[in-house]
Amino acid sequence: MSGVNVDIAALAKLARLEVGEEELAKLEKEIPSILAFVETIQKADVSKVKESHEMRNVMRADGPPAGGPHESGIHTEKLLSAAPTREGDRIAVKQVISRKKNRE
Amino acid sequence: MDLSTLTITAARKALDAKEYSALELTDAYLEQIAKKDKEIHAYLEVWEKSAREEAKAADKIIAKGKSKPLTGIPLAIKDNILVEGRTASSASKILENYVASYDATVVKKLKEQGAVFLGRTNMDEFALGGSTENSAFGPTKNPHDTSRVPGGTSGGSTAAVAAHMALAALGSDTGGSIRQPSAFCGVVGLKPTYGAVSRFGLMAVASSLDQIGAIANTIEDAKLVFEAIRGHDDNDSTSLPDSSIYGTKKRQKVIGVPRAFLKEGMEPNMLAQFERTVEALKKDGYSIVDVELPSLQYALAVYYIVNPAEVSTNLARYDGIRYGLSVPAEDISAVYSKTRGAGFGPETRRRILVGTFVLSAGYADAYYRKARAVRELIREDFRRVFESVDAIALPTSPIAPWKFGEKADPLAMYAADIFTVPVNLAGVPAISVPSGTVVRDGKELPVGFQLIASHGGEETLFAVGEEVEKAGK
Repeated sequence: MSGVNVDIAALAKLARLEVGEEELAKLEKEIPSILAFVETIQKADVSKVKESHEMRNVMRADGPPAGGPHESGIHTEKLLSAAPTREGDRIAVKQVISRKKNRE
Repeated sequence: MDLSTLTITAARKALDAKEYSALELTDAYLEQIAKKDKEIHAYLEVWEKSAREEAKAADKIIAKGKSKPLTGIPLAIKDNILVEGRTASSASKILENYVASYDATVVKKLKEQGAVFLGRTNMDEFALGGSTENSAFGPTKNPHDTSRVPGGTSGGSTAAVAAHMALAALGSDTGGSIRQPSAFCGVVGLKPTYGAVSRFGLMAVASSLDQIGAIANTIEDAKLVFEAIRGHDDNDSTSLPDSSIYGTKKRQKVIGVPRAFLKEGMEPNMLAQFERTVEALKKDGYSIVDVELPSLQYALAVYYIVNPAEVSTNLARYDGIRYGLSVPAEDISAVYSKTRGAGFGPETRRRILVGTFVLSAGYADAYYRKARAVRELIREDFRRVFESVDAIALPTSPIAPWKFGEKADPLAMYAADIFTVPVNLAGVPAISVPSGTVVRDGKELPVGFQLIASHGGEETLFAVGEEVEKAGK
């Protein structure tokens, strides 16, 4: 794994993160050195490790909370007031599916 | 009242005896903040008006003789913990104007006690860092030497307590973010057992590591705050049932010191100070034994895979749609990337990118899954050692507080977390207790002594911590 080649620009795109040219050049040095540092875990012998039940995702059960569902609409204004753009009781967003083909 | 020596315990007695009112106490802290915080910058916002109202309400409770341990006690809250109707920004541009729509469970519990909220404190953006230099709103200065960092990420909270600008504070600890700044500022910092304190209303950063905890002047005070905030919460699916917190294991007065691990890049006089405290415990009748936790050599590497991985997923929610900063752009994917590009600071971006990499197809097995497996080895090491010792002692930090800008290389900053991250990986509780000082450039800087106990072992930390506290006096 040593000296792994990382395409930072592609990663940034996956992470939906705009990164400027200057920062990109810096990150192209920093991120491989961070990855080289964490590489030491490859030496660890984990052949005897069993996934423990302690380290797992814990989700609450689907369905209304213990006290029953809350009255509809009581949190609407509070939550919508945090949204950058709204139209009435909706959060307004830019078009998600573009009609233009083969963009980029 | 003398704020420089005041404790919650002493203030409680004085308030209940009507020596001064909660309003007078709050005013004294507000005055100290006005005097001192221009120099320190511990607070991002001071809630003067509401603090006074809360103090007045506390006085009414006290007059009725119905005070609880924290009634009328002025506290500071880290900027990643929600207080309804208040800005909560995680010291990030992306949440600069975000107003919390509900109270975190810990805040709700403190309100039920009638505590006073002085304001929100500075931190490294999204609790990523170790010096508060990653705050989007400028760093906090160490009250013991303002040319040096207060540690991080809860550096605002620890500096506020150290500079007597709050009687105690809440912080959060993902990899040492309560303990290391507590050590750097000379105060007590407790990271409770994972699950002992609800994280509902704490901005999630690395969910398998994050924990809210207490920062105070004394062990006794830290315990009072912990008692007030702990407990099961249905709103946090990782919160433990109350019965599993607070083990009643009998103490044997045995402390383990992982000697082999201590060599890792420690400054000589920091190590000497640690040894002095170990000696003091020995004189107090503790047996000190060498313990081996061989997998700790991987702890930093595991942490700097697991943390960025979880950061990259948790911070995906900041996309300019539902709340926070939103940079207008021609289409929605440009809104996402421009908002995130403009809103997140350099370290946060670095972690998001590293996290995206270690989780990406083709690399997740070698990095993220392998790190999870090694994490099990670390947890197993702790489990085994706690069969024969009450607590493990380690320095909180291998090095003294550094000067601003000294650790520009991210790896140099990460290396300073060596003694704190294993605790979060294992989910066990730990406390940093002030124990002596080291001198740098003619200035005395505090040193922290870290005690680690097994799951639910907070009582042990308080008991042994009080011995350390006594030895330091």
